Amino acid sequence: MTGPNPQLDSHGGLRHLLTTEGLPREIILHILDTAHSFLSIGEREIKKVPLLRGKAIFNLFFEPSTRTRTTFEIAAKRLSADVINLNVGTSSQSKGETLLDTVANLSAMHADMFVVRHSQSGAAHLIARHVAPYIHVVNAGDGRHAHPTQGLLDMFTIRHYKKEFASLRVAIVGDVLHSRVARSQIHALTTLGVPEVRAIGPRTLLPTNVSDLGVHVYHDMAAGLKDVDVVIMLRLQNERMNGALLPSAQEFFKYYGLTPEKLARAKPDAIVMHPGPMNRGIEIDSSVADGRQSVILPQVTFGIAVRMAVMSILAGNA
Amino acid sequence: MKIRISGARVVDPASGLDKVLDVFVAAGKVLALGAAPAGFAANRVIDAAGLVVCPGLVDLAARLREPGYEYKATLESEMAAAVAGGVTSLACPPDTDPPLDEPGLVEMLKHRARSLNQAHVYPVGALTQGLKGERITEMAELLDAGCVAFSQADAPMPDNQVLLRALQYAATFGYPVWLRPRDAALGRDGVAHDGKVATRLGLAPIPSVAETVALSTILLLVRETGARVHLCRLSTADGVDMVRQAKALGMAVTCDVSANQIHLSEMDIGYFDANCHLVPPLRSERDREALRRGLQDGTVDAVCSDHTPVDDDAKQLPFGESEPGATGLELLLPLTLKWAEEAKLPLAAALARITSAPARLLGLRAGAIVPGGSADLCVFDPLAGWKVEPARLRSQGKNTPFAGYELAGRVRYTLVEGQVVHEG
Repeated sequence: MTGPNPQLDSHGGLRHLLTTEGLPREIILHILDTAHSFLSIGEREIKKVPLLRGKAIFNLFFEPSTRTRTTFEIAAKRLSADVINLNVGTSSQSKGETLLDTVANLSAMHADMFVVRHSQSGAAHLIARHVAPYIHVVNAGDGRHAHPTQGLLDMFTIRHYKKEFASLRVAIVGDVLHSRVARSQIHALTTLGVPEVRAIGPRTLLPTNVSDLGVHVYHDMAAGLKDVDVVIMLRLQNERMNGALLPSAQEFFKYYGLTPEKLARAKPDAIVMHPGPMNRGIEIDSSVADGRQSVILPQVTFGIAVRMAVMSILAGNA
Repeated sequence: MKIRISGARVVDPASGLDKVLDVFVAAGKVLALGAAPAGFAANRVIDAAGLVVCPGLVDLAARLREPGYEYKATLESEMAAAVAGGVTSLACPPDTDPPLDEPGLVEMLKHRARSLNQAHVYPVGALTQGLKGERITEMAELLDAGCVAFSQADAPMPDNQVLLRALQYAATFGYPVWLRPRDAALGRDGVAHDGKVATRLGLAPIPSVAETVALSTILLLVRETGARVHLCRLSTADGVDMVRQAKALGMAVTCDVSANQIHLSEMDIGYFDANCHLVPPLRSERDREALRRGLQDGTVDAVCSDHTPVDDDAKQLPFGESEPGATGLELLLPLTLKWAEEAKLPLAAALARITSAPARLLGLRAGAIVPGGSADLCVFDPLAGWKVEPARLRSQGKNTPFAGYELAGRVRYTLVEGQVVHEG
């Protein structure tokens, strides 16, 4: 590894949130604790606190997204920030402007924070390297690399239901190869001391050296789910059928889709998570998605609190 | 112009000469070594005490970016970089725009290069038209125009039938074919070695088999056709093993590595450093060690710079969208010296990989210091340390993964045909 951790400032504080890899445990816990304190705001009549009043937050989405962009927008608005949404994929980039030019132009409009989604791994790192020192960058998903706020909201969810991390078995199932969510979860889980993280999927959907990330690899879902406390299902993109990675959605569902029968292998109180949007009948059976063990909707609620926490900590108000 | 280079340690890997001697240059040639020829009156005496004189470096892969990419680099800038790096002969791959697939383009390039009066330029012609891998080029015409070999550069060869016929056709005339083993489909869209770093950073992978599958195909087709094939830019441990075995079986294949690959690995990508986006990709530390061993035991014949000047804009992009390549002409000598020092090899062994060996592969008389031979010489200070500062490189390409490295070996004088073309 070369150079200092680009998301920390010289005092070890959080300057950007780019990845959960190398994110110190104390910072993760601070984000989770802060998010916890924000959770009640969403239930109030007036869902706003003035922490980021006067700050300009640009949602810079080079790749289409509705859900993530919306939750960032809600989080920023609850902190009283001014939010500007830019779907760059449909504007300047198609006119040939480079990523850094777009960022430079928006910086000139006195942005305080960029929330960035991009189809290329490393895009948020590139932007973070080039912004003025007072601007913060939040990675809202870059290629296959990282989606740290999703990873952190998943940690929040796990802690909410399981209280602590030190004795858990967590299984991540499906397309780990293309998943920035899985990478962010794996780094966060190992940093928080989860003793056993499992990756379950066919060889075509697991990265070659996935065990280097500190996970145990399973190709047989029944074995992989045995006695786990948390089951995290990943979204399977339809285009995976094109590149000879999978024969069909049906076969994938048969062997790696989460059904009540397969879930019965996990602990009786295991929770089921999914980063959304779900493909019912492809990676998850509806009866599981809507069942008593599913915490998929609370994940979304927690996501707003976690994003509020990240933005307020970055802006130095928490 | 008569030049006396006095007091230098003369290292000529081709002859095994390694001795403090004076070198006498006249009329573009090395006139004598040791004692001055009768009546020799030097116009210029270069005091080279403490310096090394070796044959001018021969680089098997240096992109000059002309024609077509003049915004990345020009012949002027890159020829200045070459001689600043002690390189006096270089082969340039055909991946220009348009590619070097027509005699006129090759003649123009040769002419432009000659008019600059610096390093000798040896174009490598395109093996297929437009490097598309579909129709073979007019190899005989291209050879007459000045090409020394034929290659696909880094373009894929998607059709093995075309590859077979290209090799058969080249073998008809005994023309050398230079191929970088890469399977057209394996590693498609990939940008980094399929290893722990690509997994961690979520970069689309290029597996090692993308090299070895193509390499096994090439080796079988060489056996079938008897073509003279040089393998470019090996990057994997398995690839080195396959070439070692092929050579042990008596096959007449040769191969090179880039100076980048013998010092760097996937780990150097760090946090998406686009300067480490190279072709072939930086592979694992195990691969790097195997390449170094192969270079040491002679499996790998030569080191090249794989010089690829890239404009800043093309590097200021997310890793996967950035243009691969690194500037290298000015780093070839110090990086090769660094390898030899780390491998505890004598100076002559290091210099052989960048002088006599590549000259032999190119079929040139260059790469040696012999009385009567062309006075293409590199005079360098082996101990002078310098820090790689991209802004100070002569090359228009400032993109290098070695920025900030402290390297030993500084070129003081470069002579081409007896003319001092660089002083540093």
